[in-house]
This record gives sequence, structure tokens and C-alpha cells, in this order.
Amino acid sequence: MVQYSTQQKLAILSDAAKYDASCASSGSTKRDSRAGKSLGSNEGSGICHAYAPDGRCISLLKILMTNFCIYDCTYCVNRVSSNVARARFSVDEVVKLTIDFYRRNYIEGLFLSSGVIRSPDATMSDMVQIARKLRKEENFRGYIHLKTIPDAAPELIAEAGLLADRLSINVELPTDAAVARHAPEKDPAQIRKAMADVRLRKQEARERSFTGKRPPRFAPAGQSTQMIVGADGSNDATILGQSTRLYSGYKLKRVYYSAFSPIPDSSAKLPLISPPLQREHRLYQADWLLRFYGFDLAEITSVTPDGNLDLEIDPKLAWALQHRGLFPLDVNRASREMLLRVPGFGTKTVGRILSTRRHRAVRYEDIARMGGSMKKARAFVTAGGWSPGALTDSADLRARFAPPPEQLSLL
Amino acid sequence: MQIPRIGAAEAWRDAARGFLQQNIPPEALIWGGAETAPDLFGGGSVRGAARQVSVPRSFLALAGSVVWHTDPARFARLYAFLWRLRDTPHLMTDRGDPDLATLRRMEKNVHRCQHKMKAFVRFREIGDPKAARRSFAAWFEPTHHTVEPTAQFFARRFGDMDWRIYTPGISVLCEGGRLRFLKDCPRPDLPEDASEQLWVTYFQNIFNPARLKVKAMTSEMPKKYWKNMPEAAAIPELIAAAPARARAMAQAAPTLPPARVKQAQAQQARFASSWTQDSAALVAEVNSCTRCPLHCAATQAVHGAGPPDARLMVVGEQPGDLEDLQGLPFVGPAGQLFDAVAREVGLARDAVYVTNAVKHFKYRARGRRRIHQSPDRSEIAACAPWLEEEIRHVSPRLILALGATAAFALTGSAAPLAQRRGRVERRADGVAVLITYHPSYLLRVQDKDKEAAAQARAAFRGDLAQAWERVQPRQLAPRGSPTYTRPQRQPELRTPKL
Repeated sequence: MVQYSTQQKLAILSDAAKYDASCASSGSTKRDSRAGKSLGSNEGSGICHAYAPDGRCISLLKILMTNFCIYDCTYCVNRVSSNVARARFSVDEVVKLTIDFYRRNYIEGLFLSSGVIRSPDATMSDMVQIARKLRKEENFRGYIHLKTIPDAAPELIAEAGLLADRLSINVELPTDAAVARHAPEKDPAQIRKAMADVRLRKQEARERSFTGKRPPRFAPAGQSTQMIVGADGSNDATILGQSTRLYSGYKLKRVYYSAFSPIPDSSAKLPLISPPLQREHRLYQADWLLRFYGFDLAEITSVTPDGNLDLEIDPKLAWALQHRGLFPLDVNRASREMLLRVPGFGTKTVGRILSTRRHRAVRYEDIARMGGSMKKARAFVTAGGWSPGALTDSADLRARFAPPPEQLSLL
Repeated sequence: MQIPRIGAAEAWRDAARGFLQQNIPPEALIWGGAETAPDLFGGGSVRGAARQVSVPRSFLALAGSVVWHTDPARFARLYAFLWRLRDTPHLMTDRGDPDLATLRRMEKNVHRCQHKMKAFVRFREIGDPKAARRSFAAWFEPTHHTVEPTAQFFARRFGDMDWRIYTPGISVLCEGGRLRFLKDCPRPDLPEDASEQLWVTYFQNIFNPARLKVKAMTSEMPKKYWKNMPEAAAIPELIAAAPARARAMAQAAPTLPPARVKQAQAQQARFASSWTQDSAALVAEVNSCTRCPLHCAATQAVHGAGPPDARLMVVGEQPGDLEDLQGLPFVGPAGQLFDAVAREVGLARDAVYVTNAVKHFKYRARGRRRIHQSPDRSEIAACAPWLEEEIRHVSPRLILALGATAAFALTGSAAPLAQRRGRVERRADGVAVLITYHPSYLLRVQDKDKEAAAQARAAFRGDLAQAWERVQPRQLAPRGSPTYTRPQRQPELRTPKL
């Protein structure tokens, strides 16, 4: 086998890790190294240390421990049947890279994933060893995200959760049937069981013992997962249905949607398309509406007959255009629940409207100052000095927001 | 009033408090920062307290950020707003007020600048990497005066090393955990750092050329920061080459799988997961059951639990949230209530086989919660073979049916529960079924109606006692037992097991 330098390995193993969308470093316990004996801090909010030209934030050193893998998942660049270059980091190499990058303020911490080598247990145990060494020997107090191998033994997951800030297990595809087709070695039921296990351990770690002592926190930044969008035929209703089940069942912090993107040496079973980035964007918007805006799944996905989101306009606007009877809303009277449904109003804008109107009537120009996007909202609200008149019900309202139709190319 | 460049936040706060106490209106003051020449009133000391002033805490936080803005009018703006705040303290919550909106915008600018400083400062090692305390230094050009308010962040983060951040204005040095601020240090010549090459390699390779979104990058990482970030030099080439790389990936013909595939798959087949517990045929079959759609949404099938030769079998409706997560029956709130009442009547819980009519959890996801939904007839029917198999396997003397779903699944009759509770019905196979409430019903009525709840609980308790009594090995039953009198028509029971 070829001997690679650290730099060559880093190139191979970061290239292999780029298909994991998550790079969050937020929401963990607050801690610092002021006392002078350790390195690193975590202050709740995440920090993006750089952005790549794909628009994605680089917050963590996101690498694979190895890209050798015994699984054969068609969508994955690291599947056993692919001919990409393979490499493997030693435990010490990962630890040194993480610490060296952290000291130079390049990263918030480590996101470690891995192909499955030898067995799931052996792989997971190497990953846990890296986390243990960082925490115990290097006194590292930065962020650690471990991708959990779903089949790995529960004891390993138990230790991983005590060392890492976040654990994640990818559900990979929106339906069990799609997983069976594209990731034959993975068992969706096993993935759910592992997520249930993480949730229960997290819950247990919150309960005080009879002496009142609190056990160590388990995965304080929670667990997350990733679903590939566009590799199978699932529509958006199926995808979002799966995510609401994951959020409610396993208390996930995030479900990441990853538009299926061309990979080097792709499988013949899965022809390459350019990644459906707009669809991914709409799914995230819908995900937010479900979690923070009080929308029900059916409200969002019933907008189009095929159960997909409207790609041209955002899901809240699409919903509002279909329910114009509820609008225009008087911003000085409407409830918080209804204000959250106004296109162009975010949770912060709504909070500001509510706090201001306790003292005085809110005027049109106030809302713009509060951060509302009036281009969208104006058709759906009345405020001091503003009434949309016939605008709310005008036939061309949708056309004002949707991008103009494109002339097809002759070539 | 002259505000110094270092310690501006405290200086402004003290000065403003003094002026406010002396009732000096904003028009009578000229605030000077480092950018403006000293004014006529410059250096004027603030005289003693004339009157106590109180300021909303939220204003102090706002001012604590706005003072670091580069706008020369920042001190005056803050004081003018503070002056208005004296008479209208609620002004802080009026997000439509133009003055406040301006201050909030400035605050946001400063916060963003601080955030970008935390993100984009790039240290180079300047000392011996083997030293007990390693030393690092960086050159950074912030938009606002953010070095002082952000220095603490770096001190909290890099506790075990010394570091310096030089900027065109204020620079900060941290040695042995102590911070020092210096004015107008020249730009230092920092030595090359080998880790930088690794970092650029990482940056180049984590980029996905198939998802080029340059605007998303530049809006978060504006070009003004690029000159001090080693990785930024790689950006133009990454952008230029991206379309061709994406095209090449799409056009490349699929290759033949390498030779190691077979070996790897053989290895995969050998692995036995530590999650696979029971290999009993029935368990395995139920686990892979797809007879109704419930398996798609549930975590796992929840099997019955208890001794396979139990005399009493208890059948509930379906697993709940916790049962679904743990894979064990009767562990949720309803199960705990069942256990509590069982203890009260002396029912030996570990001698009982407990299971559910339906093996998968049916629910509706609502926000962060899973709302229980009763299984419908088709789902109960789909699950019936598993329940029948369990009954055949355990062959209990009596089955206790908890609630309507269990009663329907066991007897095939959907008659209302109210009339059937406390009575024994007989299945086609001759097994006796005692029908009672589901414990979740007791939990539901608990909060609504105290009296009904007490009645229901007493009835449930009686039923459990009756069930337990009925399955006791028949000895010479004491006549006129105070707790239980045998009903008139005792169903034929099979030979008791010992």
C-alpha cells in the first residue's frame, strides 16, 4: 500500500467527508480554559471560521478517520465498490491535527466520521479513542461531534456520548424501502433503535440521583441526522414526514437535508444529476416552519398536488397565497400564532411587534425597522398608515414573488 | 468630553452617569473620541452625585456594545437616547423608535464585527512548539474597535497558551493569562507556520465543486477579511475549476469494482451486532413484520415479556412513547400505574406475562411530541396472529384485557367497555378473558374528575385482585373469603400448571 504524508491523507479524508452537511458547533455546555490548564472553550453559539465557495460554513475539522469501508451504499463516494484513493489516519494524527488547527483559531473542534472497517465495533472504538485522547490527554474543551456507527455496541455509544458534544447517526434516505435499495447493509430499524438509545441515555443523564448529584451530561449538544434528497423518488411530504417523526421521537436537534451531489467514481445504479439545491433550500424552510412557526405538516405539503414544495416561492408564502381569506391581518391585534404565519415576518420581527404594541400602535414604517420584509408582508397585513386594499386578493400576487419565466435556450 | 481609546466603555458610562445626575442636556455636550480633536469642554471632570439615576439593564448592554462602533457620533447618540430614556423607560422595548433602531443597528454591526473577529483571526506560532506554554500571534484588521470587548473571548478559549493579536488600532497581548492592551503597534513580521499549508489543503478539499454558491460565501466571509486569511488565496482557483470538475464527475464512466469487494462483504457477513439479542423465531418474525404500515414510523416492535409459563397474561393496547424507545412493554406512565396497583393487591408482577394487542407504536408527530393514536381494526387484525401465537405459547389460565382495544383483539367483540368491565368472557379457544380499564384511562380521568377517578381506580384494583385470585393454584379455597367470592358461573379452567 502507498504511504501517504499527513497532508495527502488530509486531502483524501476531508474530500471524503464533504458530503456530511452538518458543521454546527452550537448549543453545548458553556465551558472555558481560563484556569490555564486546558485548551478551548464553548460559549453556546457556534462560530463559522471560514466559508468554502460552496457557501458552506467551515466550523469544525470535518474528516473521516478512514475512507476504507466494507459497506456498498450506492450514493456514497466511499462505498466498497468505488475506486477512489483510500487512506487512514492514526489516532495520534487526528489528535495532533485537531489541536494544531484549534490553537491557530481555524476551527471550533472536530467532526469525526468514518468508513466502517473490520467491524462496526472496531471502527467505533477507534473513534472513541480519538475523542478520549483529546479530552483526557490534551485537555481539549472545544467541540467534538462524533458520527455514530449504528451497529456499534451500546457501551461504545455510551462512552462516545460522555466525550462528545454531539452524536449523529444518518438515516441516509427518507424511506426504509429506499435504504434497503441503496444501502443494503444498513438496517433502518437498527438506525432508529440507536437513535432511541441516544435519546434515552440523554434523558437519564438529566435525572439527579437520590443524593441530588447530577450525572455527567450525555451528548449535551444533542443528536442530529442527515437525509439525502433526490437520490430516491420520495416527495417532499415523505421527507418532511420522516423528519417530524425523527424530531418528535428522538428529540433530534437537527435533521440535515443533503441534496444528492455528484461524486467521483459514481455508481452505475445511481445516475448523476446536478444537485437539487433549491429543493434542499425549500426543505430547510419548511423544516423551520414546522419547528418554530407552529405549522402542521399537512398545511405545508398540501400546497401542491404531488406533495412537493413549490420551488419558485417559499413554503410560507405558498401557504399564505392559498389562504388569502385569513389575510390581511391587523398587526396591532393579531395573535402571535397568526403573525408568525405572515410571509416576511420571522420570529424576531413578531417578538418586536408584540413588545412594541404594548405601548403604542405599530405603524407600517415601524415594521420595516423591526426587520420585517415588507416586500412580502405588505400584501398580507394592515398597520398604522397602511392597508393593502385589493392587493391581497389580486390575481397576479403570486407573479410578484415568483421569478420571471425563463426563455428556453434554443441550443 | 473626551473618551479614551482603551477602557472606553467604563469611561463613557461614568461620564454619562455624571452628566445625567447633573441634569446636563445632550445639546450642551460635545463628545469626543479618539477620532475627534479635543473640544472646549474636553477633560472636564464630572462633579459629585446630584441625583440618583436608574437606567434599564438592557440599555447598559446596548451601550456596552455601541461604544465600540467607529461612528464618531456614537457617544452623543447614546447620551441623547439615554436622556430620552429618563422620562420614558419603556422606550427600550419600542422597536419602532428611529433612534433606538439606529442604536440597535450599530450594536448589530459591532456584534457582527466581534463575531467575525472570533472567527477570522488566524494565529501563527511564534515560539517553541515544545515549550510548556506555546506562543502564537496574529495580525487582524477589524472594522470597528472590537479588540477590547473581544479579548476576553480569546482569553477564555486559549487558556494554556500565550497569544497576541495585533491590529492597526489597539493590540492585545495575553501572557500567563493576563491581558495587556497597547496602542498603535506596528504590523509585526510573523514567521511562516507549517500548519497553514495543512489548513489550506483542508479548505481546498472540503469544498464541493458540484455546489458552487459564491454569493453565499462572500456574504458571510466578505472580501475585506480575505487578505489576512491564508485559505482565501485558494478561492479564485477553486471557483474557476469547479464547473469543469463537476462536469468531469458526471461524464466519467462507472468503473469496475475493485477486487477487495468480495473479501469486505464476507467480513461484513461475519459481524454479529451486539444489538441483536433474542434469536427466537417468533421474536425475529415480529421484528420484521410489515403486515401493516405502523412499522415504518415506529422504532421497533415491542414484544411481550414475562415467564413463558405464566398463569396470568395481561394484554394492553399498544406500546407508548417510552415502550417504543426502550423496546420493553409496560415501562411508560400507564405501565408504572399498572405496577403500582399490582403491588397494592399483592400481584406478583414478575410472575405475569405482559404484552400488547398491537406490537408497534401508533402516533401522530406534533412538533416535538408524539401523540398517541389508538390502533384501528385493520391494524389490530394485522397484529392478531402474533398475539394468538403468544397465547398459544404461554397458554395462561386467565387473560386480563386492559381497555377496549385489548378486549376487541382478544374476544372479537367491540361492545362498549362500561358494561363488560369486571366480567369474564370466554374466547373461542376456551381461554377466559377478564376485562378491565386501561391504566391510561385512569391517568386521563385523574385530572378531570376526582370522584370518577377514585371510582375507576377502585374498580381497576378490584379487577386486578380478582384476576390474581383466579390464577392461584386451586387449594381448599377458604369459604367466605373476605376479599373475593367466587362468581356463580365459574368458567371451566384447564389443569392448573405447577
